[in-house]
Amino acid sequence: MFKAMLAACLMLSGFAAHADLDITVVGGAKRAQPIAVVPFQQGPGQPADVAAIVAADLDRSGQFLALARNDMKGFDPLPTTEAQVDYRTWRALGQEALVIGNVQALPGGGAKAVAELYDVFRTQKILTVEATATRASEWRSMSHKIADQIYEKLTGTRGVFDTRIAYITSTMASGRRQFKLIWADADGENPREIARSFEPLLSPSWSPDGKRIAYVTFEGGRSKIIIQTPATGDYVTFLGEKGINSAPAWTPDGNRLVVTLSFQKNSDLYVIDLASKSRRRLTDSFAIDTSPTVSADGRTVAFLSDRSGSAQVYTMSIDGGDAKRVSFEGRRNEQPRFSPDGKTLALVNYDGSGYRIGLVDVATGALRLVSSGPLDEGPSFAPNSAVVIYTRQGAAGAELATVSTDGSVRQRLRHTGDVREPAWAPFAKP
Amino acid sequence: MLNNKWFACATLALAAVATGCSSTGDKNANAPAEAVRPTTTSQGNVAAAPAATNTGGTPAATQSIVYFDFDSSELKAESQVVVAAWAKYLTANPTAKAQLQGNTDERGTREYNLALGERRSATVSSALQSAGVAASQVELTSNGEEKPVALGHDEASWSQNRRVEIVGQ
Repeated sequence: MFKAMLAACLMLSGFAAHADLDITVVGGAKRAQPIAVVPFQQGPGQPADVAAIVAADLDRSGQFLALARNDMKGFDPLPTTEAQVDYRTWRALGQEALVIGNVQALPGGGAKAVAELYDVFRTQKILTVEATATRASEWRSMSHKIADQIYEKLTGTRGVFDTRIAYITSTMASGRRQFKLIWADADGENPREIARSFEPLLSPSWSPDGKRIAYVTFEGGRSKIIIQTPATGDYVTFLGEKGINSAPAWTPDGNRLVVTLSFQKNSDLYVIDLASKSRRRLTDSFAIDTSPTVSADGRTVAFLSDRSGSAQVYTMSIDGGDAKRVSFEGRRNEQPRFSPDGKTLALVNYDGSGYRIGLVDVATGALRLVSSGPLDEGPSFAPNSAVVIYTRQGAAGAELATVSTDGSVRQRLRHTGDVREPAWAPFAKP
Repeated sequence: MLNNKWFACATLALAAVATGCSSTGDKNANAPAEAVRPTTTSQGNVAAAPAATNTGGTPAATQSIVYFDFDSSELKAESQVVVAAWAKYLTANPTAKAQLQGNTDERGTREYNLALGERRSATVSSALQSAGVAASQVELTSNGEEKPVALGHDEASWSQNRRVEIVGQ
């Protein structure tokens, strides 16, 4: 009976997945940790193979090498309880960590999953994780939550598997170029459309609570800033001034947007209160000022300005005052983005030959380039501040790429047609 | 004087924009990028393109695109002929209007390029106003890097995309 059940769940590994993004790891950690995620004890025909999702998450992170199920065939039965764990055999297979678990389906499509993490060398259980789903559509999220906790236990960094990413696609539809703003799970699954237009869409930016997204549309032929609630589809046209309306950036309290408007002269930054729509002009220069980003403490705005003759990154108080240039390397520096922990400023660096993603240590000002160019742009931090997602020009068009902030782990995320302008949503569930 | 490549590109671009406008009935609508992509730069296409002729009194399509250097919004000497043609038309027709659509190549970030496109429109606007055109006759817009006419990733394409298109309204 038990064996039959296990056989059934092993067959679940071929779940039909629906993802628009095709994610591949192109550079793993120097020494990825071998981990065996044994198929969980769960019934056949359930909404998701939880262990398969956990294993795929860990493997895709580049920090782990998940043991293929074919290489677990020697175990009969495969362990689903602590008493069945045979450390010596897992060690002989070169595994350093082992995950087992079970899933209890609940009425109404929900589930409760319990997973246990073992240190194979120290021969002890080091973590027990519980996660729940209240309906069938939450099984994947439940699985990602388990992977997040295993990842954090083994690496010391909070996992971002149970997060979402927004991005813009550009594909041909009936002979016309069509743009879509999409949000999907961090593994590319479950893509949902936020907006579509035959005019360009740009600059998606999540509110700090992850419930709303601001973006720029050219629908009607002119730029406008929209604020939308993806879960309900509700939206408002927040700004539609004469000239440019672009580059929305939220303050950490979620009460204000810093934006670029050009109706008064040329591109300058404005701080707009969401509730009252009252606006305060932050910059007033003859030069281009755009691409604002607000620091984690809400006090500092970093932005692009070409007031020195070339595009460089400056900072100033969100209350106004003098701008201070903070980028000096290469010829140009554009599109700054503060990390959620406030320690790093990502930017786009141009050295005369290519555009690369750079990371500036806010404390020391030191710059490290973490991508190879030549046309990289659009950096967005994962909510754990440990990974940056950006746009690069691939062989088949624009694609997304991620790099861990230490530069060791890299992914490519491809889509039919062009995909660009990624915005990683905060931890809070949208 | 524009070279043949630009000549063909400009002609096809304007033809496509004009078609897009008339079919949608929305004077603000721009043709999608593909529609204005030049498929060839041969002379034959120039002759075949319907908008190559001067219609409605506006300057010819060949005199309606101002090109720029990389990351520059300075007017080049060769563009004076375009400015002069439109200044002549707009001053002779004080009720006529023109939209100045600024564009950039793909290099650099999209947000910066949106602003750079507008600055290029402003350069053309200033030149027209210096030549006697009323500010109320011109409207500045920017497409940034979003509406390229050439889709390659090299200077041959980039040079065609760094432009302000002057479109009579």
